[in-house]
Amino acid sequence: MSRRARTSPAKVRVAIGALALLLLLIGAWELYVDLGGADPLILPAPHSIAKALYTDRSLLWRNFLVTAQEVLLGILVATVLAFALSVLLHFSPVVRRAVYPLLVASQALPIPIVAPVLVLWLGFGILPKLIVIALVSFFSIVVTTLAALAGVDPALLKLMRTFDATRLRIFRHVELPAALPGLFTGAKIAVAVAVIGAVFAELSGSSSGLGYLFQQANAQILMPRAYAAVVILSAFAIALFAALTVAERLLLPWAYQPRGDLA
Amino acid sequence: MPAKGATTETSEAPAEEPLDLHGPGGVRVAGVNRTFRTKRGDVTALAGMSLHARPHEVVAVVGPSGCGKTTLLELVCGLQSADSGTVDGAPAALMPQRDLLLPWLSAIDNAGLALRARGVSREEARAAAAPWLRRFGLEGFERTLPAELSGGMRQRVSFLRTLLAGKPVLALDEPFASLDAITRAEMQGWLAHVLASEPRTVLLVTHDVEEAVVLADRVVVMSPRPGRAVAEIELEMPRPRRRTDPRVVELRERALEALGVGA
Repeated sequence: MSRRARTSPAKVRVAIGALALLLLLIGAWELYVDLGGADPLILPAPHSIAKALYTDRSLLWRNFLVTAQEVLLGILVATVLAFALSVLLHFSPVVRRAVYPLLVASQALPIPIVAPVLVLWLGFGILPKLIVIALVSFFSIVVTTLAALAGVDPALLKLMRTFDATRLRIFRHVELPAALPGLFTGAKIAVAVAVIGAVFAELSGSSSGLGYLFQQANAQILMPRAYAAVVILSAFAIALFAALTVAERLLLPWAYQPRGDLA
Repeated sequence: MPAKGATTETSEAPAEEPLDLHGPGGVRVAGVNRTFRTKRGDVTALAGMSLHARPHEVVAVVGPSGCGKTTLLELVCGLQSADSGTVDGAPAALMPQRDLLLPWLSAIDNAGLALRARGVSREEARAAAAPWLRRFGLEGFERTLPAELSGGMRQRVSFLRTLLAGKPVLALDEPFASLDAITRAEMQGWLAHVLASEPRTVLLVTHDVEEAVVLADRVVVMSPRPGRAVAEIELEMPRPRRRTDPRVVELRERALEALGVGA
């Protein structure tokens, strides 16, 4: 593609500025805690979190792998289900009318209450975690995918009909490709809540994972370690979001518009 | 394009007269009424509209904006049905006003979309489209996405897509309206050239009287909404026609007069 990203001086300047701003925010946090603004047992200073990140690295890494697996599988399950459901809702107005309110209701479910019930029901394995993660993350994917499907220009559908295209071929050649950017948008929104979902699921019953580690560290008042787990969760969400952005740009170059990007 | 040995008819559209529609590709619209229900009341798009096109005839339809021209084409393409009156004729493929190319398909795949819509494989569709892209000056742009094509190129791809649908009737909805004057003149040249070697029945809706006079065998003038045919002008002139030709100028004046904007 001719618009392949090249590191222009303007981009370098923006990157340097962004880095400086980030350092400034961390510096302000450090100063605030160091000058006695907050009890380190409530809000540890960045340097002590950094130290915990280093000294507890193997512990954090082990637990990160558990959570990462849950989140990735959970998003995968959510994406597959959400896509299938979007297509079903798109094709059948009856199903859409009946099921859409239920989808909204599913988002009103209080996860901290539902998660322990699922654990009681399905045990300590990965299954209840996948269900919780899929439950919190599939809704945004359905909404954006359905919007993309419904947003196909009606004139284009008419055109396909004058070409004698069957309903299925119209879907395959026009609607399906048009829905993919919506699928990506939904998945990008979903990654952050998927991480929260994983933590809630781990808090409700598990013996490993960053959420579990957070809970343990919190109980032992090892605040830097607890915050280190949070930092890793956040970084993971950012990395997933960035990875999806890059994947979208590579897979759907025609849909890429350089605005509102993280990566 | 070969001159047609059409009998000269003028004035009111003949609804009852028997027409030579036995060859492949004729179109007959007789006494058609079409009313749309909208939130602000009923809108009558067509009231007693009649028109016919003999096989391989190019009929231009001119009229003020909103006179029901697009409705007329959708009726001919079978995308709508008339409230009363008859529409019959050979199968028609539409070329919409906006090019409506699929942004994820290259020029060659967009041109072959009508074939894909019928279940032809990608390779066969490309093989069928390739010689046409060359003829239309699109060689070297086969793999280019629409976003990187010029307006004239996009319009040519859009026309090819409709042509390759293989229908005897082409329903062209203001195909060149969005183009600048130079590109438009060039495109009119392409169209005349293609129809000379690949004769089709053409219904060309346009608001450009000069375009109608340069391209058509017959011009049908429509009234403001509710639309009906108020005049027909037979153009028995050899092609190519120059827009400065005194006969072209005279016919253009006649058409403008029928539209009620004559000098």
